[in-house]
Amino acid sequence: MLGSAIIVFREVFEAALIIGIIAAATKHLEGRSRWLAIGISSGIAGSLLVAFLAEWIAGLAEGVGQELLNAGILGLAALMLAWHNIWMARHGIQLAQDAQALGRELNDGSKEMSALGLVVALCILREGSETVLFLHGLLAGNEETTSSVLVGGALGLGLGVATGIALYGGFTKIPVRWFFAATSGLILVLAAAMASQMAKFLAQADLLPTLAMPVWDSSWLLPNGSPVAAFLRILVGYDAQPLGIQALFYAATVILIIVGMRACSPARRIASAD
Amino acid sequence: MKILLFILMFLPVLALGAEVEYSLVIRNHVFEPSEIRVPAKQKIRLIVKNQDATPEEFESHELNREKVIPAGATVKILIGPLAPGRYPFVGEFHEATARGTVIAE
Repeated sequence: MLGSAIIVFREVFEAALIIGIIAAATKHLEGRSRWLAIGISSGIAGSLLVAFLAEWIAGLAEGVGQELLNAGILGLAALMLAWHNIWMARHGIQLAQDAQALGRELNDGSKEMSALGLVVALCILREGSETVLFLHGLLAGNEETTSSVLVGGALGLGLGVATGIALYGGFTKIPVRWFFAATSGLILVLAAAMASQMAKFLAQADLLPTLAMPVWDSSWLLPNGSPVAAFLRILVGYDAQPLGIQALFYAATVILIIVGMRACSPARRIASAD
Repeated sequence: MKILLFILMFLPVLALGAEVEYSLVIRNHVFEPSEIRVPAKQKIRLIVKNQDATPEEFESHELNREKVIPAGATVKILIGPLAPGRYPFVGEFHEATARGTVIAE
């Protein structure tokens, strides 16, 4: 029971943390709850499908189907987050000043939320399919009784969701003045972390060079297996032994998003119009 | 017949040339062999066959790898080039028993 609770918690926590950040960053947008609900439910449905097709996926593309799927999921999610940040930069200044009025004014808020709903679905798809495989394996292998697996799974799920809600509560307490900067900062590093993970999977599939392996080794300080490192890995993409290609993708994503945000911010557009 | 199969088994290795292949089996949630000695500074292809009726996830922070191995499936995991040293790995779904180490030398 404890084993299934721990693994389910670990996977749910990753998705819950990302969803918590997205939910907080979009709390002023209309139609948010609906898109979050659509994202979560389609993510769960997708997880079941991917778990069911796991063996077929593993055999695709000369045995690197799994890596390609993971890289694709991460890349698409990073792209959607990047777009969100650039979109927010265009509207964000008004947002901080008069969030309520903005919600009424914006017509394309729903389109924006659909992109983040997709990110939610992709996160759940990635973590959820592993959880389904693991739980199904426990049940099929008769290693534990059905009730013990279910209770453990429910316990892990409940704890993971509770952690996500607690983090969401924390993020929404950020004062309005810093809210935009804080949430777009979080989403910026989240996107960079996903891009670096994507590079790792592509290197694992031998489609990208590793460049340096590893660039640095901070295992002595914060080894990858530790809970703090796991938290930082999801949040900012921490890796105790990153590949050179991961660092490159991380830096390139940060730079590209910042450049995009600057180029689209209203202050810059007014300045260039003069 | 067995000798012929044995020879055939090694044909892919010849075809690959630069990459060296090592085979691992997961049986009763244990990796066999649990220690693999590989040459350092060279790309290595691990062929992992899961003989259990349950899926497993090959995971190693040191090797920077994670890959699900469905029940009864065989997957390839490319690692290296590695610096000389010990690189532990686990089966994340059965971490208590599924443990092993790649030793690069």
